[in-house]
Amino acid sequence: MTLRATLPILIILAVLAAIPLLATSNSVLNFIVFVLIITLAAQGWNVLGGVGGQSSFGHAAFFGTGAYVSAILQSRFGINAWAAMAIAMGVGAIVGWVIGFLSFRAGLRGSYFALVTLAFAEVLRILANAAGFTGGAAGLLLKLNVGFANMQFSSRGAFLWLALSLVALTLFLSQWIASSRFGAQLVAVRENEEAARALGVDVLAVKLRAITVSAAITAAAGCLYLQYFLYIDANIAYGLWISVEALLAPMVGGKGLVLGPIIGAFTLHGLGEAAKTFAASVPGIDLAIYGIILVVVVAFAPEGVLGVLKKTQLWRKRKAHAATKLSEEAA
Amino acid sequence: MLSVEDITMRFGGLVAVGGASLTVPKGAIVGLIGPNGAGKTTLFGVIAGFLKPTSGRVSFEGCDITALPAHVRAQEGIARTFQIVQPFAGLNVRENIAVGAFLRHRNSADAHALADAVGHRVGLGADLDKPASSLTVAGRKRLELARALATEPKILLLDEVLAGLNPSEIRDIVPVIRSIRDEGVTILMIEHVMQAVMNLCEQVYVLAQGRMIAQGTPQDVCEDPHVVEAYLGRGAAERLRTVGANHA
Ligand SMILES: Nc1ncnc2c1ncn2[C@@H]1O[C@H](COP(=O)(O)OP(=O)(O)O)[C@@H](O)[C@H]1O
Ligand SMILES: [Mg+2]
Repeated sequence: MTLRATLPILIILAVLAAIPLLATSNSVLNFIVFVLIITLAAQGWNVLGGVGGQSSFGHAAFFGTGAYVSAILQSRFGINAWAAMAIAMGVGAIVGWVIGFLSFRAGLRGSYFALVTLAFAEVLRILANAAGFTGGAAGLLLKLNVGFANMQFSSRGAFLWLALSLVALTLFLSQWIASSRFGAQLVAVRENEEAARALGVDVLAVKLRAITVSAAITAAAGCLYLQYFLYIDANIAYGLWISVEALLAPMVGGKGLVLGPIIGAFTLHGLGEAAKTFAASVPGIDLAIYGIILVVVVAFAPEGVLGVLKKTQLWRKRKAHAATKLSEEAA
Repeated sequence: MLSVEDITMRFGGLVAVGGASLTVPKGAIVGLIGPNGAGKTTLFGVIAGFLKPTSGRVSFEGCDITALPAHVRAQEGIARTFQIVQPFAGLNVRENIAVGAFLRHRNSADAHALADAVGHRVGLGADLDKPASSLTVAGRKRLELARALATEPKILLLDEVLAGLNPSEIRDIVPVIRSIRDEGVTILMIEHVMQAVMNLCEQVYVLAQGRMIAQGTPQDVCEDPHVVEAYLGRGAAERLRTVGANHA
């Protein structure tokens, strides 16, 4: 982990960590916490979809499993919120492994894989909506009971720091993956499976490891959502919205890049909020903005915001280089 | 070290390889030649585990490996290159080679050091930081060789790594291939550049229309009338002989 790669991460984390010290507005803190939860879900997606190139359209399956398992353990079995979260991440990881095993072993890739993950998430949503122990259509409510053991805080700032810590851990995990053997093999699988196999990469094992890690992270985001809002139902936990959020943020920020999800989530929701403020009379303006951003990214900046930044940086460097050369020649 | 016994590979009705056998002794450079469409690349696919043969056996160091998947064969020490190059297009040259190096080096500093060394060795030293997609045809062929070499194989299967290179590039790479062998890596190479085959190979197999029609030293094989006919068409050997006789 070089300083050059770590510095931007540290700066972003420091800025976000300082917010509760400066801003006391509930709506600002609510906004940041919500975007951090989205960021965490998207960071999970990025491991599998961005680094590994296996784009899922059903990360709700993991988000929802995290939220439901934690909620059920706490409300029905009285288990400590932190332990519940650990177990929920484990169950999310298992669900990820099973979905991965079924679809990757069948050789599903590209849009087929995306559709199958969507189908799994939808099946889970329908089951959660129908079953009794998930609270059915009424959903599950966590009792408001502020206390560290319950992972409930009277101050929104404290919760922001909790969410930020998880985002930070995941950033460093992603950075470690990027420089590790696992990361190199995962990228190789994304770029060319045949060539990866020829170099001794066990493609199925690498994909399974990726979806397991990915699912565990997104399950953690589901747990955070539950702890913050204290209520979930099938359409929230297993809803299409979170599958879309989890994939949109990395795509906008920069797929497969460590900082892609966080940059993308804040860009998307920042613009969405701005649109809501300035064009409050137009209902659904933020959704329209998302749509436009998505089209622009797919058409003009397939490597996202970070890709554009990198390109302009290179371009500037080249221009500066050319300028010094010219002046040298003139001298 | 490697032995291929009576391999048949059908694609639907097409028999791409029909009952072909060959053996590669440890430490040798063996050539596999034959006209286009003869089934050479298909046979490589069978040896490396990318294709499941219709019938026949592949053994490596005395063990039957016919049922092993490709990545396990790579771990066992069989590395192949692709005739149609398959670079990891989104990665730079060093990262491409490092994927191979990671096979036997868990630590990324070690893998990258090995990747650099292998890159320099095959003549990609100046291109290590360039995107693989920016390489020329010759560069991509070198990259295929480098990645396979970085897995530190026992046997290297080279599928036309000299095709598309100009004579001076071939002169550069031939000694590299020989030096790889001199370090103890056994080599089986498919090659059309006869000058290189003559230069490098001790033993040559000739495949035509899926059948092994000849084997021997490069000189013997070139003089074999079956081989001449396979390349130039039926009756060619006879015609050549009469032309030769008329000239005499
Ligand atoms: N995957 C495949 N499916 C169907 N036919 C194939 C396939 N691969 C190769 N072939 C056919 O098998 C024959 C041998 O091809 P190949 O092994 O590439 O020959 P060579 O490498 O000797 O030029 C050709 O007729 C080719 O069209
Ligand atoms: Mg071929």
